Amino acid sequence: MSIDMSQFHQVFFDETDEHLANMESLLLELDLAAPDEESLNAIFRAAHSIKGGSATFGFSDLAELTHVLENLLDRVRKGTMALTSPMVDAFLHAKDVLGAMLAAHRGHGAAVVGDDVATVRSELEAFAAADDPARQTIPATPVAAAAAEKHTLFIEIDADSGADIPAIIADLGMQGALETVQDAAGDPVRPWVLRLDSPLDVTEASETLSFVLAPESFRITRDLGADESDGFGLFIGAPAAPDPDVAFEEDGFGLFTPLATASTPPEDDSFGLFEPLSTAEAVAAKTTPAAPAAAAHVERGVGGGENSIRVNIEKVDLLLNLVGELVITQSMLVQSGSVLDPVDHERLLNGINLLQRNSRELQEAVMSIRMTPVAFVFNRFPRVVRDMAQKLDKQVELKMVGENTELDKSFIEKLSDPLTHLVRNSLDHGIEAPEVRVAKGKPAQGQLTLRAFHQGGSIVIEVTDDGAGLNRERILAKARERGMAVTDTMSDDEVWGLIFEPGFSTAAAVTDVSGRGVGMDVVKRNILTLGGRVEIDSLPDYGTTIGIHLPLTLAIMDGMSVRIGQETYILPLSFILESLQPVAGDVKSVNGRGRVVNVRGEYLPIVTLAQMFHVPDAKRAPTEAILIIVESAGTRVALMVDDLIGQQQFVVKNLENNYHKVDGLSGATILGDGHVALILDVSTIVRSNQKAAQGLTALAVAEA
Amino acid sequence: MVQATIERTVSDEAVGTLRELLVFTLGDEQYAIDILKVQEIRGYESVTRIAGAPAFIKGVVNLRGSIVPIVDMRLKFALGEASYTPFTVVIILNVLERTVGIVVDGVSDVIQLAPDAIREAPEFGAAVDTAYIEGLSQVGDSMVIVMDIERLMSSAEMSLMEIERHAQSGQQQGGAVNG
Repeated sequence: MSIDMSQFHQVFFDETDEHLANMESLLLELDLAAPDEESLNAIFRAAHSIKGGSATFGFSDLAELTHVLENLLDRVRKGTMALTSPMVDAFLHAKDVLGAMLAAHRGHGAAVVGDDVATVRSELEAFAAADDPARQTIPATPVAAAAAEKHTLFIEIDADSGADIPAIIADLGMQGALETVQDAAGDPVRPWVLRLDSPLDVTEASETLSFVLAPESFRITRDLGADESDGFGLFIGAPAAPDPDVAFEEDGFGLFTPLATASTPPEDDSFGLFEPLSTAEAVAAKTTPAAPAAAAHVERGVGGGENSIRVNIEKVDLLLNLVGELVITQSMLVQSGSVLDPVDHERLLNGINLLQRNSRELQEAVMSIRMTPVAFVFNRFPRVVRDMAQKLDKQVELKMVGENTELDKSFIEKLSDPLTHLVRNSLDHGIEAPEVRVAKGKPAQGQLTLRAFHQGGSIVIEVTDDGAGLNRERILAKARERGMAVTDTMSDDEVWGLIFEPGFSTAAAVTDVSGRGVGMDVVKRNILTLGGRVEIDSLPDYGTTIGIHLPLTLAIMDGMSVRIGQETYILPLSFILESLQPVAGDVKSVNGRGRVVNVRGEYLPIVTLAQMFHVPDAKRAPTEAILIIVESAGTRVALMVDDLIGQQQFVVKNLENNYHKVDGLSGATILGDGHVALILDVSTIVRSNQKAAQGLTALAVAEA
Repeated sequence: MVQATIERTVSDEAVGTLRELLVFTLGDEQYAIDILKVQEIRGYESVTRIAGAPAFIKGVVNLRGSIVPIVDMRLKFALGEASYTPFTVVIILNVLERTVGIVVDGVSDVIQLAPDAIREAPEFGAAVDTAYIEGLSQVGDSMVIVMDIERLMSSAEMSLMEIERHAQSGQQQGGAVNG
C-alpha cells in the first residue's frame, strides 16, 4: 500500500486481543453436550474477524492459522461436526498461538516458533480430517504451506479518482497475480480494469482499496465461476454502478468497532467485521486516515447489545482533573460566601449551595466512568484454573462471586498479577490431590472461590480455597532455617505474615508453577504500593483465605478538617462515628501505657495525633481537646485533635506523583485558601494502634 | 551580571550545540543546571510540613493543583543560614517526570556553554558530591559547577523517590530512605 498502514496496527491489535479473549471465554463456557448456538456463532465470528483484519494488514501467519480454525468452527456451528473436549483444547491451544503471534507482531514477544504453529495446525487439521471426509462444500482446509484460497476479482478504478493509480496497481500486484486488462493512463473517460488472482476476496480487496480511494472511484466484482468465497454474502460483488451505501459507507473495516457480543441482526450479516458505523464517522474515518485509533466511535447496539464508546483514558483523567478543580473553586466560593450576611446575599448563597449539589453529582458521575467491574480481572481465571488443574492432576471448581463489584481502572490492571500468583499458590500448595482429599474425608474436587465486595471505604478481594491450609510448623521451621527470629508463641497471624518475606517458600519441590519463593513478597509490595494490605486467614485442613484490601480512593471525598497545633489535617468522613469533648472522669490513664476514654461504657484508646505526627504546640489534655471516634475494620479508637474546623468535600491529590507514599497519610488536598492539607490514613492509624488498643482496653476494664 | 563567555578550543570533537544553563548560588558556590529541567522560579511560601520526612524536605506546596515537595538545599548540604524571607528563591524542577522544588540562596543568570567549555572536575570539596557534578566552567570571573540535577534529585540521599526508582535510574542504593 502506498499509505502507511502501520498507524492502524494498534487498533487492529487491540481488537484482535478482544476477539481472542472473547473466543476463549466463550469456549470455556461451552456445554459440550448441548453447545449454545449463539456462542458457537460468536466464536466463529471472532475468528473470522481476526482473519479478515490480519489479511488486510498482511499478517499472513495470523491469517493462515485463523483460517484453519475458522473452517473448523464453521463446521461445528453448522452442526456438521460434533464438538468434543479435545477439540476445545485444540481451539484453546490455537488461541494461545495466535496470541503469541500477535504479541510478536506488537514487538512484545519472541517470534512464534514455526514448530508451535505446525503442531497446532496439525492438531486442528486432524480433527478436520477425522470427521466426515465426505464434506466438500466449504473450501478445503489449506494444506501445509498453501495460503488461503485464491479469488479472482475484476477491479475497475476511475482514472480521475485523483490517486496514484500505478502505485496502487503495484501494491495490488504484490498480493497476487495482477493483470491490467485495460490501461487508462491518460484516458479521461475509461476506467482502469484489473484482474487480480490473490487470496484477497471482494471484502478484503475493497477494504484495502478504500484506504486510498474514495468508494465511488472503484468497483470490484468476483470472477463468476470462482468458488464460494468467504464473502458470505457480505458484499454482493459491488456491481458496476457503485453503491456506496451497501458496501463501503457502512463498514468500519473492523477497525473501529468492537465485536458485538449480542447476536447481530439477520439483515446485517456482517460477523462483527463490519459493524454499521454512523455514516458521518465512516466517511470521516476514510477520508482522514491520519486520524485513527484514539477517536471515539459509536457502535450501534442492536437487540440488547451494549451501547458503549471507546475513549482514551487520558481524556477521562483530564475530565476527572477538571471536575476536581471545579470542586476546589466551589469550596473557595463557599469560603468567601461564609462571611457574607445570609439575608443580604440570599440569592448568591443559594446559588452557591446549588452549585455544590450540581458539582457533587457531576463528580460522582465522572468518577464512575473510571470504575470498572472486577470481572475484568476475574475473567482470565477460568482458563488459568482449568489449565493448572489439568497440569497438576487436581480437580478444582472455580467460583466467582461479586464480579460486578467496581473499582478504579488503574487497580484492575495492577491486581492481575498478584491475584494470579495467589490463585496459583492455592492450586499448587493449598488444594490437595484428589486421593489425598478423599483420604481426609473431603470431596475429591477442591473449591476455589474468588470473591469481591465493598467494605467501608475499601474494596476487598478474597481468594479462598478449601485445601490443606497453611502449615504453621513448616513455616516456623523454614523461618528458623533462614535465621529469622521466631518463637513458638507467635500468633498465627504473625506466622502467616512470615510467608511474605522475600525468598520464603516451604514448598517441598519447586515446580514451574510456584515454589521459587519470589511471589508473595512481590504480591505484598504491589498491594502496599496501591495503598492496600493483604490479610491471611487459615485453618489446617480446612482451607486458606487471602484477602486483598484496597482503598476506594475516590478522587473526591467527604472529610472533616481538624486543627492539630497550627496545622490542618483532614479526616475522611466515612470513618468518623462521632466527636466529643470528654470530661475528666471519663479519661483514664493506664499504667503509663496510654490513655483511654470511656464512651458509654466502652473504653477506647486515645491516639494523640500530635505525638504521632510530631506536631509542636498541640493541646495535651484530652479534656481541653476534641476526641473523634473513628472505626476501621471493626476497631474503634479516639483520635485527639485540637479543634474541629469544618466538614466539606475535598479533592484527593496524590503524594506519590512527585514525592512518595508516607505512612499514616493517604494523600493531600488543597484547601480553599490554596494551602495544602494532609489527609490522614485512618485505617493504618487504627491498625497500628490495634494491639496497643486491645491491651489498653483490657487493662482499663480490669482497673475500672 | 554574570558575563557568559563561550570558549572555543580546537579539538577533534566537533563543537556541539550550546547548552543553556541556569546558574544559582548555594553558599559560596555557583551551580549551573540544564535549563530544560527548570520549570519556573518562585518565592517560598506556605509549605505544609510532612511528618517523618528528613529535615531538609520542608514539606509540600500547591503548585497550580499539583502537590510538589520542597527541598531546602541549604539544609541538605549544610550551607550557612537557611532563612525564609520574601526574597527566598525556590527553583521548580522537572526531573524524571516529577516536579520538585529546591530552595537556593539566589538565582543568577542563564548562560550558554559549549560542551568543550566544561572541564572535568577534580576531586575537590564542593558541598555537592562529585558523583553529581558534570564538570567546571569558567564564566567571567567566577567558576561555575555544572551539576546533573536530575541525578542528584533522584538519588537515594534526597529521599524523594522510592527505592525502585533509584534502581531504574541506576543510582546507588543509599542507606535509610527516610533519614
